[in-house]
Amino acid sequence: MATQHSRSAARLMMAPAVVLLLGWMLVPLIMTLLFSFKKYIPLRGGDLGWVGFDNYIRFVTSSAFWPSVSATLIVVGGVLIITVIFGVLLAILLNQPMWGQGVVRILVIAPFFVMPTVSALVWKNMFMDPVNGLFAHLWKFFGAAPVEWLSQASLQSIVMIVSWQWLPFATLILLTAIQSLDSEQLEAAEMDGAPPVKRFAYITLPHLGRAITVVVLIQTIFLLAIFAEIFVTTQGSFGTKTLTYLIYQRVLESQNVGLGSAGGVYAIILANIVAIFLMRMVGKNLDA
Amino acid sequence: MARSVTTQRKIINTAAAWTVGMLIFFPILWTVLTSFKTEATAIADPPVFLAFDWTLENYSTVMERSDYMRFLWNSVIIAGGSTLLGIIIAVPAAWSMAFVPSKRTKDILLWMLSTKMLPAVGVLYPIYLIFIKMGLLDTRTGLVIVLMLMNLPIIVWMLYTYFKEIPGEILEAARMDGASLKEEILYVLTPMAIPGIASTLLLNFILAWNEAFWTLNLTAAKAAPLTAFIASYSSPEGLFYAKLSAASTMAIAPILILGWFSQKQLVSGLTFGAVK
Repeated sequence: MATQHSRSAARLMMAPAVVLLLGWMLVPLIMTLLFSFKKYIPLRGGDLGWVGFDNYIRFVTSSAFWPSVSATLIVVGGVLIITVIFGVLLAILLNQPMWGQGVVRILVIAPFFVMPTVSALVWKNMFMDPVNGLFAHLWKFFGAAPVEWLSQASLQSIVMIVSWQWLPFATLILLTAIQSLDSEQLEAAEMDGAPPVKRFAYITLPHLGRAITVVVLIQTIFLLAIFAEIFVTTQGSFGTKTLTYLIYQRVLESQNVGLGSAGGVYAIILANIVAIFLMRMVGKNLDA
Repeated sequence: MARSVTTQRKIINTAAAWTVGMLIFFPILWTVLTSFKTEATAIADPPVFLAFDWTLENYSTVMERSDYMRFLWNSVIIAGGSTLLGIIIAVPAAWSMAFVPSKRTKDILLWMLSTKMLPAVGVLYPIYLIFIKMGLLDTRTGLVIVLMLMNLPIIVWMLYTYFKEIPGEILEAARMDGASLKEEILYVLTPMAIPGIASTLLLNFILAWNEAFWTLNLTAAKAAPLTAFIASYSSPEGLFYAKLSAASTMAIAPILILGWFSQKQLVSGLTFGAVK
């Protein structure tokens, strides 16, 4: 029934979305690329002409670059490790028979719906504040000296806040995956005398492989772009300047657009490397 | 014997799961509780859990003081507007991809997704510049457009998945029974598509409500939504835990409730069908 007529109608129906997204992608991207090859400082002289790869070299040789790379790696890596490990454990736990499963699920998922500025502020003030925070009270209760979380253990604190936000996402996806596991297989293994650890290692974990990969890829893309959590808590001080935050500061705070744009191009390339793997998995599933 | 083991295990499971669940939920619970305390009780040493004089004072203070209603209204307009606009643009696109697929459909879907992977900070200045040039900086219209474009791939993707599940035979059957195209769309397709559209609406409203990169960087006093309003509490002057909690509770409560309804869509919507 798909006639020539309906085909052209279909193309017409797709046009607005395609054109808008094409513009949304290409226009800023091309501008960023252009700026990155220029000395462009709006508040001090504006566009000062082409400088070749100067900005790209300056961005990676500046003293802030390597610390920001390591901060990014610690945040992304730390959150991934925490959310995947606890996500798998939680998913297995939530998949067991129990009373009130629905309510527990709701409790576990809730942090995902809290806006980033709220979770960052609540953690910063009500938990991590060295005087009035709950952690300070807890530490004092056990006779320890309160920790100044966001200055003494700044990166760990950020990892903790962000992990709290993303654990629900990992758990929910892994739970969905675990529910599609054939329970007869597990029962058969149990009958044959396989201990829980082996059942987990040889049946559950391989089954979750795909879901874990998806969690890692999607979270990496979002975690590379973390902004509000740092903006609200440390403003990039105490070693919490991630790549995203460094670029933001170059572009908007110090208004060195050329330099910041070169950083932006690096960030785009980095995100695309991760995205390629994700797209491949999504694409495969689309055929099935 | 098997039964008693199951019951015992069930008790252990229940205890463990509830403990973990409460631990994860605790920061939210604590925020809600603190919002009903006075500022003095909020920082009491040792902390008070439930046994305090409950007060609504913080809520009225927050609402009177900082134009809370305006921020709330901005959030509603920005999240609602961007989602609605996105749906209007995405429905025809998803529709044609699901019902008149071509060789390129898959590529287009994947390409749309790839635009979602573009890091926002990489295009911050161009967008900022375009906003200044077009007078969109610190306007709700500007944010509606940006957030719509940001979520459009997810909206198209979700709708496509839902539309694909509508069996084509039903349309043919309706046609055989003499339904006109208009009747077909109105009485057959629309009712079947509404659940899918509704869940897409819900999830994307939540995503737009919580978005905190563009809303922080492209707004000032006028168009700032709740994300920016809460961020303005980050300066550590004075005693403000109770008020911060009240403001936070008001900002997250509606979304928490909506979110609990959209658990299922969350997985399919955010993994783009890669996990089923």
